[in-house]
Amino acid sequence: MADKITNKQIFFNPFSKDNPVIVQVLGICSCLAVTAKLEPAIVMGLSVIAVLAFANVIISLIRNTIPTNIRIIVQLVVVAGLVIVVNQLLLAYAYDVSKQLSVFIGLIITNCILMGRLEAFAMGNKPWPAFLDGIGNGIGYTIILIIVAFFRELLGSGTLLGFQVIPPSFYEAGYANNGLMILPPMALIVVACVIWVHRSINKDLQEK
Amino acid sequence: MENLNLFIRSIFVDNMVFAYFLGMCSFLAVSKNVKTAFGLGVAVTFMLIVTLPINYLLENYVLKQGALVWLGEEFADVDLSFLSLVMFIAVIASMTQLVEMAVEKYSPSLYASLGIFLPLIAVNCAILGGSLFMQQRGFANVWTATCAGAGWGLGWLLAITAIAAIRERVASYSNVPPALRGIGITFILCALMGIAFMSFLGIKL
Repeated sequence: MADKITNKQIFFNPFSKDNPVIVQVLGICSCLAVTAKLEPAIVMGLSVIAVLAFANVIISLIRNTIPTNIRIIVQLVVVAGLVIVVNQLLLAYAYDVSKQLSVFIGLIITNCILMGRLEAFAMGNKPWPAFLDGIGNGIGYTIILIIVAFFRELLGSGTLLGFQVIPPSFYEAGYANNGLMILPPMALIVVACVIWVHRSINKDLQEK
Repeated sequence: MENLNLFIRSIFVDNMVFAYFLGMCSFLAVSKNVKTAFGLGVAVTFMLIVTLPINYLLENYVLKQGALVWLGEEFADVDLSFLSLVMFIAVIASMTQLVEMAVEKYSPSLYASLGIFLPLIAVNCAILGGSLFMQQRGFANVWTATCAGAGWGLGWLLAITAIAAIRERVASYSNVPPALRGIGITFILCALMGIAFMSFLGIKL
C-alpha cells in the first residue's frame, strides 16, 4: 500500500489533528466530570492510557478469533478486566484520588475512546501499531484533560495540584475565585473554547 | 410515595446528562435531529429499566459481601464485589444483543429505525453509570431500583430531545463562527442547559 500510514503518524496524529476528544468527540463524559482539579485529571489520564494501550494489544492479538456478532461483549470483557486491575491498584496506592474519581474509573469501560479505537483500529491492525495507537490516543485524551483541568483549577480555586498559585495579595486587592468554574457545565465551555482555538488554527477541521 | 419522589428526582435533579454528564458521547453524536434523538432516548430508557433491576438482583444475591448466604452458611464471608464491573457490563452487553435480536424478529420496522443505535447503547455510559450509582446508593428493593432506572432513562430522553430541537434551530437560523460550528456550539448549548438544570438542585422531595 502506497499511502499506508507510518507508525510515527499513528502515534502523533491523535495529539492534535486527530485528537480523540475535540476532533473524534469520544470520551467526553469522563473529560467533564474529573477535570475540576488537576490531580484527578492526571490520574484519570494515566489510567486511560494504560487501559487503552493494553486493551488495544489484547484485542489486536485475538482479533482473528473473535466471532463478529459477539465482538462487543468480548471487547467489553477485556476492557472490564483491565479496568478492574487499575481500580484495585488505585484503591491500594492512591485511595484519596480514587475516592474523588468515584464511579468514573468504572466508567472507563464505557469510555467511547476505548470502544471507538478497538472497533476502528485494533480489530484491523497488528499488535504493535495497535499499541502505539492506544498510547497516542491516550495521550491525546490526557492533553485535553490537563488543559481543561488547568484552567478550571486555576480560575476556580486559585490553586494548581493543590498548591496556592495566586498570591494572597491578589485576594486582598479584591480578586475572587470564580466559583462557577468548579461546576460541571463550565467544563463544557472550556472544552468548547479549546475546540474554538484548535479549529481556528486548523481550518480544514471546520464544519460547514 | 418514596419511589415516586425518587422517580421525579432522577428525572430532574439527578439528571444523567446535566447533573452527572453521563452518556455524553452518543448524546452529542446523535442529537442532530429530533426524530433519531427521540428513538435513541427511548432505547436508552428501555435498557435502563431492564438492566437496573437485573443488576440490582445480581448485586444483592451474588456479588455483595454476604450476599451468597442463601447458598449456605459457609458462604457468608464471600465478597465478590470486585467482579461487579465485569458482571454489570456483561449483563448490559448481552441484554443489548438480546433486545436487538428480539426487535429484529418481531418488529422489523422499529429495527430499521433504531437499528444502528442498538449496539451503541451497550457503550452508553448512562446505562453502566445507572448500575454503578445503584450500587453506590444501596437502594432498598428491586422496585426502587426500577423506579430510579425509569427516571434516569426519561431524564436522558428529555435531555437529548431538547438539545436536538435546539440544534435543529441553531443549524438553520443562526450565524455561528465557523470554528465553533457543529460540535463547538453544541458544547456551549449543553453547558447553558446544564446551568439551567442546576436550578433543580435545591429541590428537596
